[in-house]
Amino acid sequence: MSTAAAAHDDHHHHAPTGLKRWLFSTNHKDIGTLYLWFSFIMFLVGGLLAMVIRTELLEPGMQFVDPEFFNQMTTVHGLAMVFGAVMPGFVGFANWMIPLMIGAPDMALPRMNNWSFWILPFAFLILLSSVFMSAFGAGHPSAPNFGWTFYAPLSTEYGPASTDLFILSVHMMGISSIMGAINVIVTVFNLRAPGMTLMKMPLFVWTWLITAFLLIAVMPVLAGAVTMMLTDRHFGTSFFSAAGGGDPVLFQHVFWFFGHPEVYIMILPAFGIVSSIIPTFARKQLFGYASMVYATASIALLSFVVWAHHMFTVGMPLAGTLFFMYMTMLISVPTGVKVFNWVATMWRGSMTFELPMKWAIAFVILFTCGGLSGLMLAITPVDFQYHDTYFVVAHFHYVLVTGAVFSMFAAAYYWLPKWSGVMPNKLLGELHFWSSLLSVNLLFFPMHFVGLAGMPRRYADYALQFADYNFWISIGGFWFGLSQLFFLAVCLLCAMKKGEKAAARPWDGAEGLEWEVPSPAPFHTFETPPVVK
Amino acid sequence: MQSTLFHRAAVGLISLMISGMAVASDWTERSDHNLRPGVTAVSQEVYDLHTTILWIVTIIGLLVFGLILISMIRHRRSRHPNPATFHEHVFLEVLWTVIPFIILIAMAVPATRVLIELDDSSDAELTVKVTGHRWKWEYEYLTYADDNNIGVSFMSNIATPPEQINNPVLAGGLFPYGTAQDAVGNEFPEKGANYNLEVDQPLVLPSGQKVRFLVTSADVIHSFWVPDFGGKKDAIPGFVNETWAKVPEGKEGTYYGQCAELCGKNHAFMPIEAKVVSQAEFADWLAQKKEEAAAAPDLTPFADLDEAMELGQQTYAGNCAVCHGNNGEGGVGLPFAGSDFATQEEHLEEHIHVLVEGRGAMPAFAAQLSPRQIASVITYERNAWGNETGDLIQPEDVYEQE
Repeated sequence: MSTAAAAHDDHHHHAPTGLKRWLFSTNHKDIGTLYLWFSFIMFLVGGLLAMVIRTELLEPGMQFVDPEFFNQMTTVHGLAMVFGAVMPGFVGFANWMIPLMIGAPDMALPRMNNWSFWILPFAFLILLSSVFMSAFGAGHPSAPNFGWTFYAPLSTEYGPASTDLFILSVHMMGISSIMGAINVIVTVFNLRAPGMTLMKMPLFVWTWLITAFLLIAVMPVLAGAVTMMLTDRHFGTSFFSAAGGGDPVLFQHVFWFFGHPEVYIMILPAFGIVSSIIPTFARKQLFGYASMVYATASIALLSFVVWAHHMFTVGMPLAGTLFFMYMTMLISVPTGVKVFNWVATMWRGSMTFELPMKWAIAFVILFTCGGLSGLMLAITPVDFQYHDTYFVVAHFHYVLVTGAVFSMFAAAYYWLPKWSGVMPNKLLGELHFWSSLLSVNLLFFPMHFVGLAGMPRRYADYALQFADYNFWISIGGFWFGLSQLFFLAVCLLCAMKKGEKAAARPWDGAEGLEWEVPSPAPFHTFETPPVVK
Repeated sequence: MQSTLFHRAAVGLISLMISGMAVASDWTERSDHNLRPGVTAVSQEVYDLHTTILWIVTIIGLLVFGLILISMIRHRRSRHPNPATFHEHVFLEVLWTVIPFIILIAMAVPATRVLIELDDSSDAELTVKVTGHRWKWEYEYLTYADDNNIGVSFMSNIATPPEQINNPVLAGGLFPYGTAQDAVGNEFPEKGANYNLEVDQPLVLPSGQKVRFLVTSADVIHSFWVPDFGGKKDAIPGFVNETWAKVPEGKEGTYYGQCAELCGKNHAFMPIEAKVVSQAEFADWLAQKKEEAAAAPDLTPFADLDEAMELGQQTYAGNCAVCHGNNGEGGVGLPFAGSDFATQEEHLEEHIHVLVEGRGAMPAFAAQLSPRQIASVITYERNAWGNETGDLIQPEDVYEQE
């Protein structure tokens, strides 16, 4: 009630301006924008850390950084990308688009929405402060240096003092994610426009609904893991310490019980985005809508019973290993269904290749590459060779960069006209796409080769037979990093409203409620719910 | 699986596709593209599984990408202005659910077989306990044939000289710990062929006999991995994992491996070098090692401070500098230069005790260094970098504590 009253109030008064507009915002569009800018900034920060890694690996030998600092770079790069870039990025798209797609006036819990965003910058200030202290502080106290997976006892008995900053910031990120997820679920279940039945919802809403349930299920598990770390470090418990009767492998089970569903948290919304974009530019209804929904749900359920495939080498009993191998192989069935559905949607369509479609097709092809190497990794006896090598690094970067991140670029180019009222700059967009597409493959494809040849991951230095590929991987890395400046320019131009004016429905094949409102979308939309037939 | 026509065709084609792919077992002809077939029967089977699955995913990928490409060419608006309207097809949807399922079962069968084989470490002729330390491997020979009391163990450290590894190019650059700063501007020696792979004391194994490795750790989690033996096993504190290898006769040679689980600063610098020799040669080697182990330790006193300092400097550089800094400035470990610990008389006993027994993250060195080396390094730490206490510790002082 009070929310509706507040929205009503705003309508009659001037829209809030300046810093207050952003700091106190309860508007899903403004909060979505905040999330998206935050995500992009973290993408650049995490990218800079990756540049340090690639600079050091350009040639064999330690040329630029100390191995200890190198480990801090790999750790914070992973954390910034997973918790800072990909997850908040998708929450940003959810904030902007879910209310517009289901005909709701706003998110159901706007004040919580504000809070869940504003926790994030502080969480990352805490985490990144440790990197600043390590690089520039007196005595260079180490930043977290145990990898983003923070295995015990490296992160507990052997963790640097900054581990406590890490624990606090992970707790804050977790609270933010859980609140964001609650908001999505409440919004989808309560604020759909009349006639918008569950099986009429756009797939992006469906995949986010399922993602939100995954978040609520596993973020508390992560919180539990870091809390146990905290008490192990300071209050004399021995959850993960063998010397005290604890179990270091327990840590890995708990972590990956969070970590594997987390993988799907980072890819399911991408499936939703691509399922929106491909039908638009193929001018043909999405193939197999119902099977897409069921495939998403089964992927989500299976994601809870495959976690130990990240830890095949810890010495599990044979029966356990076999169970996790079979379950992991099984997950490729619903994932395959999705890819086949996208191909069937394109088949005999009437396709044009505007920027969102280019990114979406690149997503389907390159994500499939990541999926196929995932199937290879599922074969346990061979995983004993692949495990913890660059082959794994190649696999998850294909899934997360050319998968999740590419889908976000597709989504940004697709919905930027709706958000800003102007079309994204075509020339810069084309440069961004082609430059990223070429460089990302130069960056990640050779990682398969060095991984198979035996280069372990998280290595600050390597044997000489890996030198040639590492050089080209680094060149690809710098090139991919620089390519993102094109996107920065595209976003800034749109933010400054410079460019061709966008129509309410800028893509002629686009369907859905979000295209019924003008471009740019007014501050308040669907105050009277639309009726869906 | 190995003998099917399909499989041989797959191997042949992939060898053609990836030119220069090494199939030889000699590490000097090491592959830089593909998985190594390795030297054991199991590693060959793992390699065959890898080749089969790689081939399957390549075909699936090419099929899917081919369809996308055809669709992008034929079903673009300029050629196909009126889109079709179909949006479901029950038969197709069932088909592309069932066919992948059948492929998966076909893969799961050989994978299960190899997994069961890998799991069976029974009936080994030699048992070696492998312990991961930050950042070196310890090999303890437990049983061989009828001998259940071998008592041979040693540490295996990286042998690549630090000058080859530390090549800083920027003075005051991003080296925040300063460990290599003083080398900026030096001429760096050329890196050897086995850069970052060679060790001072290799793991020696007999050919033609099954070797069981009991893998554990003294501190954090490491992972014991010799690719030519067909897989890795994590070294976890408080756990003893088992894995095994049987290198066939005629495949004697040196096989290299690396730690595969992030274990801190020098994770990239704790290689494994396994020297596989004939059974006769192995028996000789083991007998010699047993003799060395049984001999009384060398407790010859140092004649003067200089003699102790010289040995101390070497020992410090090889064992201590990695944590305590090249100039005793500290790092992962405590600083020595000017510290109370290394200069005050009242800490001398404690100083010896910590080296012998270890404390917290500081490992015990009694098993790795001789009393003479421990005495020299304590002398060095208490007299170098301006500490100049004049303390001369003799091997006898250390041996008493052991």
